[in-house]
Amino acid sequence: MADVTFTVDGKQITAPAGTLLIEACKTAGIEIPAFCYYPGLSLQAACRMCVVRIEKMPKLQTACTTPVAEGMIVYTETPDIAQARKATLQLLLGNHPLDCPVCDAGGECELQDMTFKYGAADSFYAEPKNHREEQKWSPVVYFDRPRCILCYRCVRMCGEGMDVFALGIQNRGSSSVIAPNVPAHMSPDDLAHVDCEQCGMCIDACPVGALTSGTYRYKTRPWEMNHVATICTHCGDGCKTTLGVRSTSDGSEIVRGDNRDKSGINGDFLCNKGRYAFDFANHEDRITQPLVRQPNGELKPVSWEVALDHVGSKLRALRDTRGGKSIGVIGSNRITNEEAYLLQKFARTVLGTNNIDHHRTADYVSFAQSLAGHTGRTASLNDTLKAPAILLVGGDPTNQSPATAWNLRTDVRLNRARLYVANSEEIKLRRQAKAFVQLAPFGYNAFAAYLAGDNAAAASAASDSNALSAFRDAVKAEENLLILIGSELRGAELKKLIDFGLTIPGAKFALLSDYVNSRGAADMGLLPDMLPGYMPVGSPSDLATEYAVPNEPGLDMLEMFDSAGRGNLSALYIVGSNPVARYGIDPASLKDTFIVVQDMFLTETAALADVVLPAANLYEKSGSVTNSYGDLQQVNKAGDRAGVRSDFEMIVRIADKIGADMRKLVPFGKGLRADMGQSRGAQSGEADRHAVWLTANNLEPRLSPFDAFAILDEIQRLVPGYNILRLQLLSGNDQHLSPVAPTPLVQIGTRRDQVLPANDSLFTSGTLGRFSTMLGDLQQNEAQRLIQIQTAAD
Amino acid sequence: MSTVANTIFSPELAARFDHLVTIYPLSRSALVPMLLYAQDEIGYVSDAAVAEIAQRLDLVELEVRNVLSYYSMLRTKPAGKYNVQVCTNISCMLRGGYKILDHCKETLGIGHKQTTPDGVFSLEEVECIGACCWAPAMQINYDFHEDLTPEKVDVLFQMYRDGQGKDVK
Ligand code: SF4
Ligand code: SF4
Ligand code: SF4
Ligand code: FES
Ligand code: FES
Repeated sequence: MADVTFTVDGKQITAPAGTLLIEACKTAGIEIPAFCYYPGLSLQAACRMCVVRIEKMPKLQTACTTPVAEGMIVYTETPDIAQARKATLQLLLGNHPLDCPVCDAGGECELQDMTFKYGAADSFYAEPKNHREEQKWSPVVYFDRPRCILCYRCVRMCGEGMDVFALGIQNRGSSSVIAPNVPAHMSPDDLAHVDCEQCGMCIDACPVGALTSGTYRYKTRPWEMNHVATICTHCGDGCKTTLGVRSTSDGSEIVRGDNRDKSGINGDFLCNKGRYAFDFANHEDRITQPLVRQPNGELKPVSWEVALDHVGSKLRALRDTRGGKSIGVIGSNRITNEEAYLLQKFARTVLGTNNIDHHRTADYVSFAQSLAGHTGRTASLNDTLKAPAILLVGGDPTNQSPATAWNLRTDVRLNRARLYVANSEEIKLRRQAKAFVQLAPFGYNAFAAYLAGDNAAAASAASDSNALSAFRDAVKAEENLLILIGSELRGAELKKLIDFGLTIPGAKFALLSDYVNSRGAADMGLLPDMLPGYMPVGSPSDLATEYAVPNEPGLDMLEMFDSAGRGNLSALYIVGSNPVARYGIDPASLKDTFIVVQDMFLTETAALADVVLPAANLYEKSGSVTNSYGDLQQVNKAGDRAGVRSDFEMIVRIADKIGADMRKLVPFGKGLRADMGQSRGAQSGEADRHAVWLTANNLEPRLSPFDAFAILDEIQRLVPGYNILRLQLLSGNDQHLSPVAPTPLVQIGTRRDQVLPANDSLFTSGTLGRFSTMLGDLQQNEAQRLIQIQTAAD
Repeated sequence: MSTVANTIFSPELAARFDHLVTIYPLSRSALVPMLLYAQDEIGYVSDAAVAEIAQRLDLVELEVRNVLSYYSMLRTKPAGKYNVQVCTNISCMLRGGYKILDHCKETLGIGHKQTTPDGVFSLEEVECIGACCWAPAMQINYDFHEDLTPEKVDVLFQMYRDGQGKDVK
């Protein structure tokens, strides 16, 4: 829309016609207080805090509902406005408990800030306050009714934003109350509850402390924590979550996860996992000492030195006697790019084996190969918020990539995006879809063929052929289509769909996977047949030349276990993965293999190991991760636990014990030689500013082999497509990367894709999720609800 | 938006509901009339009625409850056969509305929003019912009674007890 020019507090502002005054002012740096207004949700005009004086209008106007107009003259802080706001606050405080000293929101409360600003602490209302006990609506959602200021943000957030509609407003006038969707009289325990996705978005949106979270309530105050922005370890969307940490006697403990400054790729959103499921770090079963199996079969705690010596000498001996090819390495979906890269480099150059793999949750190799030779065809998570049209084939973002689902819903709601959904299940996002076709079970291949013009495939794609053909016509008529693909599609099918998509002008693609760095693990070459950047093993590449990696593709995950069963696998080095449970491996098949496991817990896999090394999790280390879409983001160390080490450090130490050339493995020691402030810690002034500049320009010294940035330098140098913008990374922003695969030598489809989707739900997260008490509580909560529905139905 | 197979309402009312959802541009506009009709038939809006109305309008039950709780004329608990609604708003108040209310409380032996043990009467104090010109006024079910005095009220109650009161719906 055309721009209009108007004046606010004497300042000339230009904004597109139709912009809300409150937004236009925000953009111009003029803050207008607001309780009920929430960007992107429907307008409520319930609180009257945003009132402003507009010339030629008789009364004060609400800035949150007034679109800007040419020549408008606005005042945002005049005595009458202050008086009006003060009166509003007095009304709101009429029944507000003023328990700020114990309220979770104290220090981060919009009502507190406003009361402070407008000085409405004394009230004309002498009526006794109407107290109500706090209510536990679910393990994570608590409601303190007297604190509620009836702004309706939570109601709109849950309904419009989440499409859950678990919260409503009941009664009228001063007896209005926020009500959850399971009323007390219909609940077996006679208490009201929410039956919902437990995302915590309502809590996030609540401007006061009326809604609080089960994990954080009454634990600490905002100013007593350090706030570290990092990336959620759970799904493949990679949301930024800010972890609140507090010192404890053995490290620093994470007490809160939230979307503090909403500056991440996820915008306003965080799901329950990003918000609450950090508690695995504090689980009592966590291992904090290295364990080595004794001749009597027991795992015994030993010192780090003893454990690492043992691992190093054993691996060296096995490599030298039985050959590198007898050793297998399994990486993780939740380690950083630097760790994944280092791990494969360690396997290939120190152990001399290509037997390296990870639990693959989507076929990124075929994805990269199908797009070989094309540029600008991969989508970022940001595109899901803006694309005019989206085709979603397979997957269930609501449960598996909640941020993607949030973005798609928002795109449909705010931009009227056209969403086309093809799935063999009736996934929830079909509610936002312009068209939904239910595919036959395993009908994805036929569907891809049908889209590409093979009419004969219709019958095996879906039962409703009319819907199918209308669907195809609609999709083909689109331009700039965003094509999101679930992990159901692999190999040749995936290529078929992408080939079809490439015929649509401006189409972009993304392949959804399951964990924070599933994509990074593939990009970084945790694959037996692919080097980092999808360079086939054996074909000439910079990396192959530089490090003289073995020429033959190695064993994949299942082949490694087969080989172990035949007694041919001398050693298995497993970093942050639980293949024994995930792939149902028979423990007996591993009895002749020397197993080293780096993990936080004694998982099914770790329980079989000869050496277990206690590992730090993603929230306890720094580095970078790449989400499903190929968006790279920085991970920052938040928590800390005495006794554990990062996977990066352990790989380096083991390599050292094996006798590898450290300078080759981790290219440190280059650059300047100076104390850039590191020895004095943060906040040391001048030196730090130098360090920031040097870091941004990739010039800072890498002083030790434990510097993950030394590996990032190498990734940037050697992995095609990882041409990282440092400043973007360091300032906590996301950047989209698309590794450029060379045109495939092997025909796609003949390769074993070995994708095993994790099929996590909103309340599970692989092995890690089992150690999150909060996720356990939510599962139990969910199960109870299902039993209730079942009993009600019987 | 649907016709419902196992409706809890009478065939006539179910048919009326089937029609009702078709006549508004937005089907949820039929919500308030439906709640009223359901209350008239069942005596109050039961959980089952909430569930069926939600189903008919393709709403979640919570949305039905939100609206239901807003209107004080909609009840979620059974009332007496005759629901006596005494106005005490300004005109009625000035002309003795409270005296009428107190008299009702005394004769019926119940208070605001209560029901007599025999289930014949229930009592409510209500805001203006639009009969100010003939204040003090009250409404028994859908029937208006005006220019009230305690004596007139006694006569009225007797009429209803004898089954001679009007019972329009
Ligand atoms: S936690 Fe999420 S789904 Fe549940 S009530 Fe709050 S906003 Fe709605
Ligand atoms: S609970 Fe919070 S978000 Fe919801 S209406 Fe009350 S104050 Fe607003
Ligand atoms: S959507 Fe995914 S990345 Fe975001 S908070 Fe949830 S689990 Fe974490
Ligand atoms: S923010 Fe404008 S009325 Fe609440
Ligand atoms: S005040 Fe009683 S009917 Fe209007």
